[in-house]
Amino acid sequence: MTEQSSQNRFVSQPRRVREDRRFVAGKGRFVADIDIPGTLHVAFVAGTYAAARIESIDTSAALDMPGVVDIVTGDQLAAEIAPLMNGLDTPKVRRYPLAVGDVRYAGEWVCAVVAESREQAEDAADLVRVRYAKRDFVLDAEEALTREAPVVHPDHGSNVLLDKTFVWGGVEEDFDRSDEKLSLRVTWGRNSTVPIETFGVVAKWDPWERILDVWASIQMPKYADQIARALGLPGNGVRVHYDVDVGGSYGVKRGIKHTVLAGFFARRLGRPIRLIEDRIENMRAGDAHGPERIFDIDVAFNRDGTVRSMKMRALDNAGAYAGRAPFQLGKPIGAIVGPYRINSVQYHALSVTTNKTVEEAVRGFGQSPTNYAIETMMDRVAAHLGMDRLELRRRNLIRKEQFPYLIPSGTTYDSGDYHTVIDKVLLHADYDALVAERDRLRAEGQCAGIGIAACLEPSGGNSSFEPLLNEKNRTSTWMESVRINVDATGAVIVAIHTTSAGQGHETLAATVVGERLQIDPDAIRIVRPDSLESLPGNSPVGSRMAIMLGGAAARAADTLRAQILQIASHVSGIAEEKLTYREAAVHGPDGVVMDWAEIVDVTHRRFHDLPEGMSPGLSAQHILQVPTGTALPKDGKVQMYPCFSFEFHLVLIAFDPILAKPEIRRYVIGHDCGTVINPHIVRGMTLGGIAHGIGAALLEEFAYDDDGQLQTQSFLDYLMPSSHEVPNVEIVHHCTPSPHTEFGQKGSGESGYLGAPAAISGAIHDAIASRGITLDKLPIRMSAISDAIAAADAVQKKGIDV
Amino acid sequence: MKVELKVNGRASEVDVEPRKSLLDCLRDDLDLKATHAGCEHGVCGACTVIIDGQAVRSCLVLAVQGDGLDIRTAEGLTDCAGELDIVQDAFCDTHGLQCGYCTSGMILAAHALLLENQAPTQDDIRDAISGNICRCTGYGQIIEAVELAADRLRQRNARPDEALSAERGMA
Repeated sequence: MTEQSSQNRFVSQPRRVREDRRFVAGKGRFVADIDIPGTLHVAFVAGTYAAARIESIDTSAALDMPGVVDIVTGDQLAAEIAPLMNGLDTPKVRRYPLAVGDVRYAGEWVCAVVAESREQAEDAADLVRVRYAKRDFVLDAEEALTREAPVVHPDHGSNVLLDKTFVWGGVEEDFDRSDEKLSLRVTWGRNSTVPIETFGVVAKWDPWERILDVWASIQMPKYADQIARALGLPGNGVRVHYDVDVGGSYGVKRGIKHTVLAGFFARRLGRPIRLIEDRIENMRAGDAHGPERIFDIDVAFNRDGTVRSMKMRALDNAGAYAGRAPFQLGKPIGAIVGPYRINSVQYHALSVTTNKTVEEAVRGFGQSPTNYAIETMMDRVAAHLGMDRLELRRRNLIRKEQFPYLIPSGTTYDSGDYHTVIDKVLLHADYDALVAERDRLRAEGQCAGIGIAACLEPSGGNSSFEPLLNEKNRTSTWMESVRINVDATGAVIVAIHTTSAGQGHETLAATVVGERLQIDPDAIRIVRPDSLESLPGNSPVGSRMAIMLGGAAARAADTLRAQILQIASHVSGIAEEKLTYREAAVHGPDGVVMDWAEIVDVTHRRFHDLPEGMSPGLSAQHILQVPTGTALPKDGKVQMYPCFSFEFHLVLIAFDPILAKPEIRRYVIGHDCGTVINPHIVRGMTLGGIAHGIGAALLEEFAYDDDGQLQTQSFLDYLMPSSHEVPNVEIVHHCTPSPHTEFGQKGSGESGYLGAPAAISGAIHDAIASRGITLDKLPIRMSAISDAIAAADAVQKKGIDV
Repeated sequence: MKVELKVNGRASEVDVEPRKSLLDCLRDDLDLKATHAGCEHGVCGACTVIIDGQAVRSCLVLAVQGDGLDIRTAEGLTDCAGELDIVQDAFCDTHGLQCGYCTSGMILAAHALLLENQAPTQDDIRDAISGNICRCTGYGQIIEAVELAADRLRQRNARPDEALSAERGMA
């Protein structure tokens, strides 16, 4: 860290978010807003069974429909494109945009119909006749592991995509030496971020230039590369336009299969192709479900509350194809002990295919389910010992003076002050009064409970879970880049090389460059070149942009400042060490040596005044490597993320024991993401993350019936929190700067979502603890609570009657 | 089927299939892209427009049903390009949005509320926007934006309903 936040003029100030102006006016540029004359539209024929052999497809009636231009089946497509990329080394788990040979989940796209309008394509799709031979299917991850289970990809030989066990430290020794042990199982239900904008893509092929133009609502690393590979184009034959606004993503907007299909049609038909999912296509076959995960945990601890060791098995249900999603078992390794000093860990990561919709990356990339498991474990240990949950956590939390802190899996946490954050939250909430309020509600006959959850947000990572889980993968960088250009009028242009989905990257880059160059951020123009004009980058994933985009912007600006000082020294004859850059001017011992206008004049017009060897113009770029991310994994250990934000959730929930509709009466979160670049943005991310966590804890689930049909495929069934379900949330700030970043910033894009489910589950359990009930699967629906209470009360009543 | 639609004070004749939604007609036939498709089954509120003073989901209305109605979209909130009205400006002040996709609908829902109720309580605001799903913000900064807009409208040198109507060219 080179500067304290208190010295900043623009960083950390509650300045407006510059992107907001276009959005409040309805002038965002979303993919569905892009109209290119002559565009054709795509609709799909969806598979009707969870697993079936496709015996025949009759498209004749559909082809006769008005406006229909083309229909392609999976077999036809597979003959002309390469399979989509797998993250793991599972080459026999082939995935194409359309079902090839077999349908592997209900709703999978069997063939694509292209017509002059979307309505015509839909009408024709209804007339495609597909004959299926039903196959046995498997929905449950544990069943998928068994020898008898139907295998989703027979060529692969089993349903197991990943089966890897890590042992870090003396696990067995620690278990032997501990006073107590307990086991628990918790299950994270299948939910997702479900953005209000579905995924969409527009693709256009220029046969003379031989280039595929792509506009998409995308948030995905290496997107252009993967399109090129699948279509057999050179990398410079694909141009992704990054100036498309993405209507929410939170991880899932990775429509590679949609894009490859659109690109295929654009080349084949020589006309622009538009593929915008409708809601049912999105929910059922957009391949954007989140993790569905069963955790089995054994934990060893002493009677004084010291948690010594943990064995965790995480079994993830990846759905029908592999994709990148299984890596979501890898990210949690970078914070596998959470904020606690747990001496040793055994981690068994298992990912299986089933006949469900394909899983995709979701906010936190596996961290939120894992944190729910760890925090539930901490609550159970406290209950087992009869110890206060707060006290148990305090005893096990890493202490401020122990940073930098090396955890058993090889990552060193950068900084933190967890005890202080918790103390501040308890003080803000008046914890004793909160307990009294809970007890008052209980005395009134309500079920009332307090939930707490601590959690870490690993941020800015270099994707080292890739080589950790797949030895053929040699990734050790996850760079991000910024280019700054000062034009001949003195105006500043900053190029960022990604799409954004509401994270405020334009505000971030302008704020940081403005800070470093000491010019008004509002006077800076931010541009988003297309992928062919861009420097390397990895898109806004893994809570990385404050660290990586912010870091690259700061360093590019620093390079400019250094160049300016060199020029000023050369022109004035004053030694560089006697000069300072301040207020967009160079100051010497006797005042301003060179102002901005002159700096621009020299660099753009007066080559004769430049130091020898310096190029004209005023421009700099920086390609930032991930701080701390320097090496490949060794012995199952790796430094995965550079920065670790901390949050502590405290929630009071009450509900009627019969209706059991949880009402959140109070929600306080302590939040420490180091130096905040823009307070509005960080606050919004935190509040939005909590809302998302409330959904995961209480409402949202992609539920399947016994036939493997998705039951929650509309917004009438897949319930998302509205303004009625999300309470006022009080945020308590704390700032422990990271030593690894330019301003001390850490990530904040996943906060809220990482801790809320655990805290809400904890509150519900506190409310029903007297009945001896546990509800070990999320979401905890009101029906599950009321049924469990009724059953427990019936048993108790029977006991009394007897 | 020909139908005359009055959108943002301007009448236009469009020729649409009877099954076409008002949402699709606004976007495709009138090139008014501020109104967004979210679920297209009447739950998420992204397609909210104001019809005769009421917040209405344009995905549940057929274009042909719009004949003779006063339809307002986000494009009609200000007269001059580059300007923001009080509600839009308040959303910028509190950062009552992130990705911007639900924002047009959210702002029009807020307008519909403020036309009826110049001093809404927080519960009134929660009710008014409860049919508009936002996945980014958790609603906190949206509620603050509507509170701020209501407050600023009350402080203007005009009756709030008149101020709002004047802003929207509806006076």
